[in-house]
Amino acid sequence: MNIDLIIGIINIVLIATTPLVFAAIGELVTEKTGVLNLGVEGMMLVGAVTAFVTLVITGSYFLAFLFSIISGLIMSGLFAFLVLILMSNQVATGLALTIFGIGLSSMIGKEYIGTPIKGLNPYFFIILSFVIVFALSYFFNRTKMGLIFRAVGESHTSAHALGFSVIKIRLLGILFGGAMCALAGSYMSICYAPMWQENMTAGRGWIALALVVFSTWKPNRIIIGAYIFGGVSIMQMNLQAFGLSFPGQFFNMAPYLATIIVLVAISSNKLRIKLSAPASLTKPFFKGR
Amino acid sequence: MKNLIKLLTLITVFFGFFLNTAYADPKKVGFIYIGPPGDHGWTYQHDQGRQQMMSQLGGEVESTYLENIPENADAVRAIRKLAASGHDLIFTTSFNYMDQTMEVANEFPDVKFEHATGYKRADNVSTYGGRFYEGRVIEGHIAGHLTKSNIIGYIGSFPIPEVIRGINAFYLAASKVNPDIQMKIIWAFTWYDPGKEADAANTLINQGADIIVQHTDTFAPCQAAEKAGVMAFGQASDQSHFCPNSHLTAIVDDWGPYYAKRAQDLVDGTWSSTDTWGGMDTGMVAMAPYNNKLMSSELIQEVINMEIALKDGTLHAFEGPINNQAGEEVVAKGQVADDGMLLGMSFYVQGIDGDIPQ
Repeated sequence: MNIDLIIGIINIVLIATTPLVFAAIGELVTEKTGVLNLGVEGMMLVGAVTAFVTLVITGSYFLAFLFSIISGLIMSGLFAFLVLILMSNQVATGLALTIFGIGLSSMIGKEYIGTPIKGLNPYFFIILSFVIVFALSYFFNRTKMGLIFRAVGESHTSAHALGFSVIKIRLLGILFGGAMCALAGSYMSICYAPMWQENMTAGRGWIALALVVFSTWKPNRIIIGAYIFGGVSIMQMNLQAFGLSFPGQFFNMAPYLATIIVLVAISSNKLRIKLSAPASLTKPFFKGR
Repeated sequence: MKNLIKLLTLITVFFGFFLNTAYADPKKVGFIYIGPPGDHGWTYQHDQGRQQMMSQLGGEVESTYLENIPENADAVRAIRKLAASGHDLIFTTSFNYMDQTMEVANEFPDVKFEHATGYKRADNVSTYGGRFYEGRVIEGHIAGHLTKSNIIGYIGSFPIPEVIRGINAFYLAASKVNPDIQMKIIWAFTWYDPGKEADAANTLINQGADIIVQHTDTFAPCQAAEKAGVMAFGQASDQSHFCPNSHLTAIVDDWGPYYAKRAQDLVDGTWSSTDTWGGMDTGMVAMAPYNNKLMSSELIQEVINMEIALKDGTLHAFEGPINNQAGEEVVAKGQVADDGMLLGMSFYVQGIDGDIPQ
């Protein structure tokens, strides 16, 4: 074990884990306001294809990320309209958003599969992911606005009675989530594996969803959880390459297994409060009540 | 009014029938693809084959394809859709369409089916595949000459005979040139995940590999090699425009001649159920252009000669003596491995470290 090898491994872990951090922290904010958006994978894909196509057409990395984030805002805005205004079921709408996103991204990207681009250096985004997570941790724990966000997620009726606009705050939470998922997607298609291929996020959106539960809705723990998942996956590759036989299939399912354990733990009410799941998660808010 | 509509409908149907039988109907050939034709890998090559078939047979056949068909119950619906809509011959182009193909073939005994890389056949179901391991011999030979670190990074998808065969053929050829060569193998447990494939390539490069070989579907490993300044082999298709400075060559799956021949058999009425495992001699397995910036002209000439020897049978990928990892002889001196052993290959040859995950 020499130092170059270890630095190399850390480098690969950082590059591989960053999209999980972006998507998971976005979804965390959405869930903190009491909305479950299962459309993470779909929004990531639309974000990825928008960034890629914009880059191919304009050649500008800035515009690529800008348009990608706008696409995330549009996708999540659509979701917000359906669940906040039309009061549709959040779980079903989120799943539909993922399926829609998979199809839409394939359609947009059809002509661009296999177009070579020059990848962008990922280090700015790696640092950005840490900055965003720590800023949000400060936001939720130390600012008044953060407490209002949490209040809306915990008990929307109380928040409403205190004069806060539940719908507006939830809209902000959903839009932020969409923007971050799109950022995660564009990071994938521009920095991580610079290409567009249909379904290229390959299930990372679902891992991000699992991470939110695993981190028990605490922003700092998103970093810990994401780096555990990312690190374990890269470590098992390293062990394989060192000639040690390892059950790779096990590591593919590990994130989900860990999440199920957390879900079982929070199904008991006492623990649920301890683990800080937003009490109003998935509950629709009707103004009249 | 109602009667008038009825009459018009009858006339239309009658003429429709009449016109249909008056002209020789082109035969309809259908394809089921696992990915999009633009994947620049596996499905891309099948679609190139379809297009070659169309241009060779002119107006005698029509073709349809359904893309992105998952390898589950959806495949049954897709295949049945083609069979029910008048297709005479249907190619299902991925291994895990096997049972689905058999199921639909049973329902439509008059429709002919061809399943790629499978082993289940019936009177109306043929199987076909390529001896891609022959290409691994060429790759191994090149790698043996060009590696400086003597470490080869190999990205496998799933530990199935097809992939293990490739690893063994590669190593046997490489170690003939360079006995010190060491294989580092990562199983990705996916065919398709650009991120994970890039991670695997970067991990191997970080551990000292200076040549990356892949048996997964995207060009992410080749791109990672390009970025790190090491060499790589493309997969299934010429991928040199994604990694021009690192791409040595690639095994190209050329299905065109086979598709054209089978469609011609269909038109001639001579189609019968067969099993085809075509190598370089049939043209089904070919090599992408060799990179003359990375390879010397002598080396290029050497591998071109090897291609010829593989075609005429004087060179075989698995020539004895071959030992397994335990040192037991599996192919005796002067013998070559038979197809039965190749199809079921589930061991590493002597010299490769590590175990195959179960």
